[in-house]
Amino acid sequence: MIPELGYGAAIVALALALWGAVTAALGARTGRPALLLSAQHAAVGVFVLVTACFALLTYAFLTFDFSVRYVATNTNLGTPFYYRITGVWGALEGSIILWAWMLALYTVIVILRHRVSARAFYPWVLTVMLGVLAFFLLVMTVAAPPFARSSPVPADGRGLNPLLEDTGMITHPVALYLGFTGLTVPFAFALAALITGRVGDAWITLTRRWTIVAWYFLSLGLLIGGWWSYHVLGWGGYWAWDPVENAAFMPWLTATAFLHSVMIQERRRMLKLWNLSLVILTFGLTLFGTFLTRSGVIASVHAFTQGAIGAFFLSFLALVLLTGLGLLAWRWDALHAQGALDSIVSRESAFLLNNVLLVAVTFTVFFGTVFPLLSEVARGVKVSVGAPFFNQVNVPLFLALIFLMGVGPLIAWRRASLDNLRRNFLAPVLVGVVAAAGFFALGVRSAIAVLTLALTVFVAATIAVDFARATRARLRVGERLFPAMRGLLLRHNRRYGGFVVHLGILIIAVGVTGSQAWSVQTETTLRRGESAELAGYRVRFEDLTASEESNHFKVAGAFTVSNGRVLGVLRPAKKFYPQEQSPIAYVDYRLGLNEDIYLVLGDFARDGSQATVKLLVNRLVSWIWIGGLVLTLGALLAILPERRKGA
Amino acid sequence: MRPKFIVGGIVIAAALAYMIYAGVTQSAVYFVTPAELRASAVAGKAYRLGGLVVPGSLTWEPRTLDLRFTLGDGTATVAVHHKGTPPDLFGEGRGAVVEGTWSADGYFRAGLILAKHSEEYKAPHDASAAGYRELIRTLQGAGR
Repeated sequence: MIPELGYGAAIVALALALWGAVTAALGARTGRPALLLSAQHAAVGVFVLVTACFALLTYAFLTFDFSVRYVATNTNLGTPFYYRITGVWGALEGSIILWAWMLALYTVIVILRHRVSARAFYPWVLTVMLGVLAFFLLVMTVAAPPFARSSPVPADGRGLNPLLEDTGMITHPVALYLGFTGLTVPFAFALAALITGRVGDAWITLTRRWTIVAWYFLSLGLLIGGWWSYHVLGWGGYWAWDPVENAAFMPWLTATAFLHSVMIQERRRMLKLWNLSLVILTFGLTLFGTFLTRSGVIASVHAFTQGAIGAFFLSFLALVLLTGLGLLAWRWDALHAQGALDSIVSRESAFLLNNVLLVAVTFTVFFGTVFPLLSEVARGVKVSVGAPFFNQVNVPLFLALIFLMGVGPLIAWRRASLDNLRRNFLAPVLVGVVAAAGFFALGVRSAIAVLTLALTVFVAATIAVDFARATRARLRVGERLFPAMRGLLLRHNRRYGGFVVHLGILIIAVGVTGSQAWSVQTETTLRRGESAELAGYRVRFEDLTASEESNHFKVAGAFTVSNGRVLGVLRPAKKFYPQEQSPIAYVDYRLGLNEDIYLVLGDFARDGSQATVKLLVNRLVSWIWIGGLVLTLGALLAILPERRKGA
Repeated sequence: MRPKFIVGGIVIAAALAYMIYAGVTQSAVYFVTPAELRASAVAGKAYRLGGLVVPGSLTWEPRTLDLRFTLGDGTATVAVHHKGTPPDLFGEGRGAVVEGTWSADGYFRAGLILAKHSEEYKAPHDASAAGYRELIRTLQGAGR
């Protein structure tokens, strides 16, 4: 009964979404309010129905309704309550529901917020959003139906992928999807701007905060993904340039570019075409990412024909890109710039270069990710490029971006005078140079590490210079120190939120540099009582214990960690899930500001007499999580409504 | 000003193209089967070799972490040497992909082993649970 209800709800929701998309468009053409009202009702109806689908699937999970195939493959009687709820979006079908639900939620918020404030765009925005929603509902009803029956009904389910039994894996997709779906809003406004011919900056002003919100969630999703990779997967790293990661990283890069380039349009009336293209590209990349990760195309081009999902997403992606390009061509004449670049040494060109570099990184990531497919199609041999490729090509681009992060926000618009440059950059450059010498004196010998660290110091100094100057200006008019600083952050929250985000990126850059340059690892087999040493740590194998948990068996080693004094006992383990062919490693670690000590249990003797352990000392990895926190706080600050009066 | 920006754009595009080209040539990894590797192995070139771990060929020495096995594809076999713990999904008769280089001494030196995950549905059965309980008993007995 439940599955039929869910399936029915999805079909009605699909019909309503299509109806709403069409009536909103007709309403826009004819100007008849009744049509628009009908579209609005349809959108609310879709939201209610998708919510119902979501609730029904959750109910099926909680009641172990194994007659639903999706439930049977993603849960079993041993799955803890908590993970039965989150298992709902643990695989493809459920994540499509989650996606559709968020999109419907955003649509309702758009109706509430922009019904009046964006009257000119609003009907078309509704059309686009409901159109995209209809696509996901189509996937939900045809290509990946979550309520499909399993026959015969199994006595027990297969169980959730054990790697997903983790808080990170619950929040990671939620944040990421909120980011992906959030990007639909600026996309819808961009299309509405093109359709109505209002390609000025009204659509940008209206979607500014939407883009930051989406960017915030996307960043959060990527960071949580990195944390999950680090503390669950047990390879000691946080980013592998895996296609799944790249799929989420690409829209983040173009969204970042967009956040910067809109400032040039607002200020100088330039880059209209570029901004519209970036938004369309960003939205396209969210679809491409889903296509890439869900179609199996990465394993082989031939895998993609096996499921319907790949074809669905590829067709929709083609539709989106063709529509976007068609509209851009149609409005071509209205898209020329009103302002012009005056000088290479100006804020415009710094931002432009930032955009070019971000798109270059996107292209590199795209190229590296699809390279195996290209070579398979073109030459019949499968050739892949791994992490070394991405690092080698991207590191110079990232360094240039960090440099621009220091230059862009402070350099003058139009044409920077020598005086402007000296006033803003002389001190930071000197500080950066001194820092480079300092790091070298401290024994840092890797050129890339010295350069990165010196650049981060330079950028941090530019931020300090700007903040100090602005604070001083406020002190001069009689404000006191802390109210002055608070006022700056809150009144110019977009600018200073941006600076805080930049600080977060700098801290992450330090963490990445440190972990790449100075992490060490070793692997060894220890008999009971024996010790291994690495980087000043001593790890002693005490014993091996086994236990039976609710849905798995666990073999854990106890290792005493000391560096002169005893720091504690780490218990890395192997978990054996009956439904899995092989055990899952469970890492144990001790995090620190400077270094983490990280243990992975490899093999062990069945009598407990010896164990093979991988021992890693990872440097500065915590900075990545701290930087991530700073970054998200900065984004939140930038999302706050602007309280600035006048300029 | 315009020509300057166009020249700048071309320079950036050319630099990027060169970096990508250099990156690809330096880090390309070729996917091969044991037969293909046998036919045209170049010492020092990076390969990703996929095949089946030939039953009876696997040896692992925990103290030295020396892992040796033979990968086969039905027509040819390749001896593989690796230093490290066999990964969780790895075993005789199972598919495995290894990444590394061909050594002039006639074996494949693997830096990385990627065991192949079979997606097939496997119903939980009591035999494996019994095996794990046995393991728990052994460890508890040996624990003290």
